[in-house]
Amino acid sequence: MARFKGIIEVDTKRCKGCNLCVVACPLKLIELSPLVNRNGYNYAVQTDPEKCNGCSSCGIMCPDGCITVYRTKE
Amino acid sequence: MDEKTIKSPQNIVYQKPRLMNDTPMHYCPGCGHSIVHKLVAEILDEMGIEEKTIGVCPVGCAVFAYRYLDIDWIEAAHGRAPACASALKRLWPEHLVFTYQGDGDLACIGTGETIQTLNRGENITVIFINNAIYGMTGGQMAPTTLMGMKTSTCPYGRQADLHGFPLKISDIAATLEGTCYVTRQAVNTVGNIARAKKAIRQAFENSLQGRGSSLVEIVSTCSAGWKMTPVQSNQWLTENMLPYYPLGDLKNIKD
Repeated sequence: MARFKGIIEVDTKRCKGCNLCVVACPLKLIELSPLVNRNGYNYAVQTDPEKCNGCSSCGIMCPDGCITVYRTKE
Repeated sequence: MDEKTIKSPQNIVYQKPRLMNDTPMHYCPGCGHSIVHKLVAEILDEMGIEEKTIGVCPVGCAVFAYRYLDIDWIEAAHGRAPACASALKRLWPEHLVFTYQGDGDLACIGTGETIQTLNRGENITVIFINNAIYGMTGGQMAPTTLMGMKTSTCPYGRQADLHGFPLKISDIAATLEGTCYVTRQAVNTVGNIARAKKAIRQAFENSLQGRGSSLVEIVSTCSAGWKMTPVQSNQWLTENMLPYYPLGDLKNIKD
């Protein structure tokens, strides 16, 4: 069975650190960075890109459209 | 497979909608308004009708909606968005005209305009964001505030003898002859966002085909007004808002 391989790219300047993508990720692969962006928000980062299957839940949930999801077949 | 190979444009499965511009949104982190803006942008892009779409902004948190979506917008006086939209739709019958309103705008100051417009069956779509509070002005009690819910103007909780009962605008709208589609959706989970998108798309199609008024109520959060984190407010919405404002179609006439 073909396995999907995904990765996300977060627009860290636009991210407001609302934590909704962290909760929405079914595999719990996103967390908030200890670093902050220019607005003082802890932006979201992907912790383990190897496990991501590109389901787009984080992107759909992100209120500010900061997340671009890439998906391909391995 | 390395990171650079995957990050190629043909592998993109989700990104910021084309019609949403790069202006940073003024909404608080985790606000439901931003999610609905994104849905509207996606739907208009999918339908390919951005050239003949006119949105009517309310007064409230969404007052700056015209800064974020690259479509034509008009700013209406407080609560008067449906009246403004009626005029626009009559002047440009082939255009898609929708209003985007919060509960303070639609359910309180503009109740008269809303009910009369929906009753006349104007071919417009009304998107109604219900977060049970006046978000922009600092969390005062709205007509949709739940019983016992604490706000800055009812610090001991909403009481029936003092403040009356929460207003269910969608249930009223469903009884009117002019409406063809009345639905209540939420944007608290990924599944609910997908259903809300489908509902808004159907409402837009109804408006274009001249079937009558459509009202899409979206139960949303106001984390700043509710004094919670975005994640807590989504849980609070599921536990408290959804039992009083159950999701689903209240009226759907397909002919």
